Amino acid sequence: MAQPTKTIAEINQRIKKGKAVILTAEEMVDLVRSKGKTAAAKEVDVVTTGTFSPMCSSGMLFNFGQEPPVMKASQVWLNDVPCYAGLAAVDAYLGCTEPRSDDPLNKVHPGRFTYGGGHVIEDLLRGKAVRLKALAYGTDCYPRRELDKSVTLADLKYAQLLNPRNCYQSYNVAVNTGSAVAYTYMGPLKPGMRNANYATAGQLSPLFNDPYLRTIGLGTKIWLGGGTGWVIGAGTQHNPKPARNERGIPLTASGTLMLKGDMKAGMDPKWVRGVSILGYGCSLSVGVGIPIPILDEDMAFFTGVSDADITMPVRDYGHDYQAGINNVLAQPTFEELKSGEIKVNEQTVRTVPLTSYALSLEIAQLLKAKIERGEFLLTEAQERIVSE
Amino acid sequence: MNEIRKIVHLSFSPETSGKPVVCNIIKLYDLCFNILKAHITPREVGEMILEINGLEKAVSDAMDYLKEHGVKITPVGQKIRKDEASCMHCGVCTALCRPRALSVDRATWKVTFDPEKCVACGLCVKVCPVKAMETQLENGTI
Repeated sequence: MAQPTKTIAEINQRIKKGKAVILTAEEMVDLVRSKGKTAAAKEVDVVTTGTFSPMCSSGMLFNFGQEPPVMKASQVWLNDVPCYAGLAAVDAYLGCTEPRSDDPLNKVHPGRFTYGGGHVIEDLLRGKAVRLKALAYGTDCYPRRELDKSVTLADLKYAQLLNPRNCYQSYNVAVNTGSAVAYTYMGPLKPGMRNANYATAGQLSPLFNDPYLRTIGLGTKIWLGGGTGWVIGAGTQHNPKPARNERGIPLTASGTLMLKGDMKAGMDPKWVRGVSILGYGCSLSVGVGIPIPILDEDMAFFTGVSDADITMPVRDYGHDYQAGINNVLAQPTFEELKSGEIKVNEQTVRTVPLTSYALSLEIAQLLKAKIERGEFLLTEAQERIVSE
Repeated sequence: MNEIRKIVHLSFSPETSGKPVVCNIIKLYDLCFNILKAHITPREVGEMILEINGLEKAVSDAMDYLKEHGVKITPVGQKIRKDEASCMHCGVCTALCRPRALSVDRATWKVTFDPEKCVACGLCVKVCPVKAMETQLENGTI
C-alpha cells in the first residue's frame, strides 16, 4: 500500500475552508492520465462518483403512526401494493418490486407492471397522497382491527429508503441467442443477439473507482436520491473475492452495498423513480453518489480508472442464464459498449444502455458542487467491507 | 424539384374507408409508398400509416387529393410524444426503435427523439420504464 498523503480529517478541514480540490470521476481520468498518480494524489482531495440505474433490491421502511384505538397491523397495503408487516405495531416495509395486488402480472405476456412498490415510493416523494390500508387480528393491548386512510410522506412518522443491495460492482451484458424475444430484467432482448443490454455507469460507477472498497464501508456518508444516505454494510450477494484484471477491476458482478437514507430529508423524486420493466416486473431507479477520498497514490490510481480499463461479461439470457450455466460469450470493455456496437462470436451486436450515463454524471457533478459549498463532509468508515 | 420522404397517419371515416382512394395517388401523382400499418375497425373506421416518397409538389398535391376525399392526415411525429420531464435517458427504447428515431446522443448521453424518422410502431411506448413515450395510436408488438 502507498504512503498516506492525507487523512479524511485533513480533507474535511480543507472542505470547511473552501480549499479542497474536488473532481468528478470523469475529470479524474484525464488528470491521472496527464499528470500521473503521484501528482494527482497531491492535488486532488475527493473524487465524486455517481450512478442512476434500476436497483431492484430497494425499498422503504416506514412507520405510519397510531390512531387510537391503537393497532398491531398484520397486513398493510399502500395504494394496494402489499407491504411486509411482520414487525412491531405500525412498522412495515415496502419492497420496490412488489406489484399492486390486482396486477395481472405475466398472465398476458409480456406484462406491463404499471404500478408497484417503486411507484409508491416515487409518489410519496412527489408529495402525493397514497391510500394506506391495514388489517389486524386484534389483541388486548392493540384492539384496532382496521385502518383505511390517505397518507402523505409528511404524515408518515418515519420513512427511510432501506436498500439491501445497491451499486453492483460490474454487471452482466445481456444477449439472447434464442429464437424468440426474451423479456428480462435487463430489458427486452431480441432473438439472434440483435441487441446487447448493459448496465453500470462505467468510469463513473462508485465501486469501479474504489475496487477493493478501501474507503467505502459501514458509516460512509453518501448522496442518495438527492438527499443524504449512508452505507450500512455489504449488500446481499456481495462477493468479497472476485476474479480481477491487472488493475483490480472485477471481471464479473461482485461487490454490493446496503444503503439507507431519510426520505423526509431532501430526497428528490427525480432521483428515485418507480419503473416498469416489460414482462419482468416493477423496480426502482435509484441515484447514488459516493465521494472517494484520495488518501494516497493508490486511491488516485484507482479513481483514474477509465471506460477502457473496465471489462464486462456478456451472457446469454436466452438460455444459459436461466439454466444457471456460467458461460461468458465475450468480455468487451465499457468503452466498446459505449461505442454502440460490440463483437460477440464474430457477430456485430448493437449495444443498449440501461443505466443513464447522463444522469449518473449529473449526480457526480451535484455531489461535487455540494462538497465545494461545504455542505457535505466526508466520514470515516467504521467497519470495512471485505473485498480482496 | 426536390424528392422528399414523409411519414403520415391517415384516418378514414366509415364513409371513406370503403373507397380505394389511396391507390389513386400512385396513378395520379407518380408516388411510391410503403404501407407501415393499415387497419379497419368493426365500425369501419380506418387508419393507415404511409411512408411516402416522391417529388415535393406531387406529395403535397396527393395530400390535397386525399383531404378532398375525406381522409384526415396527421404527420406521424404528432402522434407520438416524448415527455422530456419524465425521460430518465436510460436508453432502453433505443433497442427496439428500428428506424432509429430514438437514439442516444453519444456526446451528451441523452436520449433524443426525431419525429421525422418515427414510423409510429409504438414499441417505445410499451417498453419505456417510466412511460415517457405517449401515443394516440395502438401499440405494436416486437
